[in-house]
Amino acid sequence: MNRRIFLKSTLASAALLSVQGCNSLASQPAKQEYWMPTGDLGIVIERADGKVALVNTSSREKLAEIEGLGDLSHASAVFSRNERFAYVFGRDGGLTKVDLITRSIDRRVVQSGNSIGGAISQDGKLVAVSNYTPGGVQVFDSETLAPVLDLPAVGKDGQASKTVGLVDAPGQRFVFSLFDSGEIWLVDFSAAEPKVTRYQDIGKQPYDALITPDGRYYIAGLFGEDGLALLDLWHPEKGVRRILPGYGRGQQRLPVYKMPHLEGWAIAGNKAFIPAVGRHEVLVVDTNTWTEIDRIKVHSQPVFVMSSPDGRQIWVNFAFPENKHLQVIDSDNHRHIQHLEPGEGVLHMEFTPRGEAVWVSVRNNNEVQVFDTQDFSKLATLSIDSPSGIFFTARAHRIGL
Amino acid sequence: MKRSLISQVRFTRGCPARRIKQGLGLALLLASSTACMAESSLDVKRQQELTYMLKHDCGSCHGMTLKGGLGPSLLPNTLSSKGHNIESLSLIIRYGKPGTAMPPWGPVLAEEDIRWIATQLLETN
Ligand code: HEC
Repeated sequence: MNRRIFLKSTLASAALLSVQGCNSLASQPAKQEYWMPTGDLGIVIERADGKVALVNTSSREKLAEIEGLGDLSHASAVFSRNERFAYVFGRDGGLTKVDLITRSIDRRVVQSGNSIGGAISQDGKLVAVSNYTPGGVQVFDSETLAPVLDLPAVGKDGQASKTVGLVDAPGQRFVFSLFDSGEIWLVDFSAAEPKVTRYQDIGKQPYDALITPDGRYYIAGLFGEDGLALLDLWHPEKGVRRILPGYGRGQQRLPVYKMPHLEGWAIAGNKAFIPAVGRHEVLVVDTNTWTEIDRIKVHSQPVFVMSSPDGRQIWVNFAFPENKHLQVIDSDNHRHIQHLEPGEGVLHMEFTPRGEAVWVSVRNNNEVQVFDTQDFSKLATLSIDSPSGIFFTARAHRIGL
Repeated sequence: MKRSLISQVRFTRGCPARRIKQGLGLALLLASSTACMAESSLDVKRQQELTYMLKHDCGSCHGMTLKGGLGPSLLPNTLSSKGHNIESLSLIIRYGKPGTAMPPWGPVLAEEDIRWIATQLLETN
């Protein structure tokens, strides 16, 4: 059956079901077409054209392209907990809710400014967006995209700050950092009135952050100084502490042509793998003591340092002008196990839910390449325009993603 | 014969700093330097590479349409309103702004590339 006809008949049967719905609840299984599972779907941001590609990670194919999402440089996405909708955060301040089943835009709002990333709340009901200009965080209803809260991030210095490293945390909370004024803010939505806790003087220029997969530790990387800031969300009253202070040991930094990212799974077992800033190293940190255990020399300035879902491999890509390389490190002994050169502009990687394969955006080739994580063979090449971020629906059920 | 033809082509289309990288002589470099400053003699391919780079690699901090991101807007109006000209922009691009996230591009771009980008920033987009 041709895909379009398939889709139409599915919608028709969906409509039918909702008419008959009430009296036949649970007694009749839905028609197979209606199920349209989304668990092995994902989207790839097509950076230059305001499009996303809908992909299937089992068949390794591009299913559709969805257009009209605005400026998608640096775009990222989160998923509704039913894994039907992707919320895409674009550079032009656009927040687009994409329906993976009907393969179309469900709704879209353009909030003022220049957004950089977002998060979905623990209960799936709120979507938060962080902004560069004007700085701050805006929170929307995930169903309707109606505004719920506008939180200007005016820092200690009295200026509006760019906000970065926005994540969701257990307890219906959001956490983010203020780039310009060096603060971490914790916003608690569990009560009727949202409550904001501000941590000041956490370090100079936090540029991105991650939350550990268990939702306990929020870690912001600092650009303005060597070190990271750590907030224990089990004990927020203890405040933020500095970890790995002065990891550069006073050496001159090398130029950084692209900001490193911390988002993703950089935690493997009881170790965190973190890109150093201005040094061609990945720092290995013991997550019990939060002290450095090792530093691994890598090819160039690391951008994404991501661990496979089982924590066994660490994949690293690099900043311009070395962005055609990919290195794979063994998380156990910290040795390099593979060096790949997929092509110019390796921007992002995403593992399949259980990690048998990894998808890699190769921007200048207009390709997404899929690699086997056991033998590193190339399993597939998909042609996708100017691909950047890759996001699979399994993220819907992970804290902080 | 063949060799001199190639230098001839490079003489009109190439640029001093790029040519250093291509390993040609200093005499040639000096001879061509004035011509190079006056009008851009980057070849079309290099101009395309730089346009791509401006959009994607500068764009990763300044926004793909250069409207601003982590770094400020680089649109012509914004830059002129701050009193920027080719010289001031070239300096910033070459040396970066120490203490900020703006990196020095001198290590990876030739002076001619930098001036071409500075000119583009003031003119287009
Ligand atoms: C890693 C991030 C980053 C990248 C990549 C980057 N910039 Fe910047 N740039 C900045 C930041 C941050 C500033 C603001 C510095 C300050 O606070 O004064 C800036 C400032 C500038 C300025 C001065 C603007 C003004 O208003 O005075 C120019 C010009 C500029 N950048 C050009 C470029 C060009 C051209 C490229 C690409 C070749 C580039 N930048 C790539 C981060 C970046």
